[in-house]
Amino acid sequence: MTTNKRQNAPAIIPSELTTLDPQERAQLRKQALWRVRLRLMGQSLHANWRLFTENPIGLIGLSIIVFYGCLALAHPLLMGRVWSPSIYHPVTGFNPLLAHPSPPSAQHWLGTDPFGRDILSQLMYSTSSEFILGMVAALLTVTIGTAIGAIAAYYGGWVDTLFMRLADLVITLPSLVLLIVLSGIFELNLPRLAIIIGILSGFGGTTIIIKSQALTIKVRTYVEAARVAGGSHAHIIMRHIIPNLLPLTFLYMMFTVTDAIFAEAVLSYFGLLNVRMSWGMMIYTTQSTGYLLNMETWWLIVPSGLSITLLCAAFYLVGRAMDEVINPRLRKR
Amino acid sequence: MTVTAPLVRVEGLRKLFPLNQGLLRPATSFIHAVDGVSFAIAPGKSLALVGESGSGKTTTGKLLVRLLHPTDGQIVMRLNDADVAVTTLKGDRVRAFRRHVQMIFQDPYESLNPRRTIYDTVAEPLYVQGIGNVLDRQERVAELLTLVGLTPPSTFMFRFPHELSGGQRQRVAIARALVINPAFVVADEPTSMLDVSIRASVMQLMQRLAEHLHVTYLYITHDLAVARYMSDRLAVMYLGKIVEMGDTEEVLHHPQHPYTQALLSAVPVPDPGWKRTPIEIKGGVSKPVNPPPRCRFYDRCPLAAKICEDNDHPPLEDKSAGHYVACYRA
Repeated sequence: MTTNKRQNAPAIIPSELTTLDPQERAQLRKQALWRVRLRLMGQSLHANWRLFTENPIGLIGLSIIVFYGCLALAHPLLMGRVWSPSIYHPVTGFNPLLAHPSPPSAQHWLGTDPFGRDILSQLMYSTSSEFILGMVAALLTVTIGTAIGAIAAYYGGWVDTLFMRLADLVITLPSLVLLIVLSGIFELNLPRLAIIIGILSGFGGTTIIIKSQALTIKVRTYVEAARVAGGSHAHIIMRHIIPNLLPLTFLYMMFTVTDAIFAEAVLSYFGLLNVRMSWGMMIYTTQSTGYLLNMETWWLIVPSGLSITLLCAAFYLVGRAMDEVINPRLRKR
Repeated sequence: MTVTAPLVRVEGLRKLFPLNQGLLRPATSFIHAVDGVSFAIAPGKSLALVGESGSGKTTTGKLLVRLLHPTDGQIVMRLNDADVAVTTLKGDRVRAFRRHVQMIFQDPYESLNPRRTIYDTVAEPLYVQGIGNVLDRQERVAELLTLVGLTPPSTFMFRFPHELSGGQRQRVAIARALVINPAFVVADEPTSMLDVSIRASVMQLMQRLAEHLHVTYLYITHDLAVARYMSDRLAVMYLGKIVEMGDTEEVLHHPQHPYTQALLSAVPVPDPGWKRTPIEIKGGVSKPVNPPPRCRFYDRCPLAAKICEDNDHPPLEDKSAGHYVACYRA
């Protein structure tokens, strides 16, 4: 009784029972499975998109994200074609014709900072790194969280105990304080920050939530059916448990983006992050030059502060709207 | 028993579930879900396992398909003219064993993965066993869908379970169980979650497929009428023990164990004028946690006597030509 990998399906069904139409059989032979799958995926995306658009919250969040996405994309174009680098460069630019910080004007739409650098340029320049930071942290979080959550739930026992106690430990650590301590031990830059946030979140709370969801999937009868069919542990985890976890992981990706952007802002504000320019850095500059509580120079801190709030809120809103797409119980109808 | 070698032979099968197990503390009480069950199933002679909730029917079924490992006992199956000791299989041999033995589950709303198409679900046994290429599998799935009455197959293959009705889903589950042409199928109450109106058609389908595809069922049910329709032989379970076993008609017409008699007297008869002598049993079914060494049915039995209390659970004895009863008083 050994398995032959490429054995053909034997003709098992007696012909008098098979009523498969010859035309249908020929049709099946021609139909490409990947094309069918692509069509099904398109259909489900379309259906989910329609549910998503029914909710204004999600659309507001998405338009804010798209708006900042455009800002990020526009910056290199503006620097290359419209703005002179000597004046508009976000770090080294300086306009010698004005007294700084200068209020918003036709030349500098959002004014300049105390060092004479254009604030709009700084804002746009920072946007792309905020996005990358958020995305890297989020991807790392859900990859770790999904893998560990699925494995811990599926195998149970000491594997489960190990990862869950580790998760408890990570949750107990106040992550901002930990990041501040880490910044004293080695130099924190954006990629490192993204990795640390990803790992902290991936081994911490996200894992517990994903694992609890995986536990409810693991006991479903279709998992037993897959085992009776001869499916290996890897087959069951990859084909049955993780696909059913994906909606939830996607949701937690959105929330991690928010966390990452927020953490960056806080660390930059304390001057603990080795980064040339970021939204947190803009606030730090304002604070270190003594303009932070000066209402007359509002343009120094409103653009960056508002951007942090808006983008964090946007990802959170999109997450909430996706939650409604995933959990039919949350829908109003 | 029968002249031909049995397809399935079960001897002294036991499954205990620990109740109060701690990380370092061994369990002291156990649920005796299946406690010393022995039976044989001849090829083509489906056996129905009847009993109320908690009698260990489903556990027995899961032990047979190796979803659970027995605490004790032997399961030997005759597959491809070779005896296979199911309980000691390892690694690749388990997967090879699963080509011959499949299971149909009770709830068609739970047994199909909502994120996979009907094709993926039905083709799964072929896929994990590495049988055929994509085109072969598509064709085979289409054949099976036609066979279980989901026609034309092309309209069903790439749908998702939530687009089908309960009866259609159970047909998909049947197709999945039969797609690799198993010799033996454990059917765990496949019709109990279905509407009465479609129950009969699903049972007819299973009967028809059994005849033509040479499948033998272990049919788990709590419904005596269903058992009578679906099986050649019948075994009645009570708290992890088989109390009576024999040819279905014989057991139903001449029940000898007081529990079987009580079960039969509880079957509703569609005749208001029908008079019968009700056989009263006391109390309700309890959980078989650390059962005392006496007849399992002692607490509820109308015939209970001292012999039933002083001795262990009675052995299954051949009372007349293959009609086995486990009772001191019968």
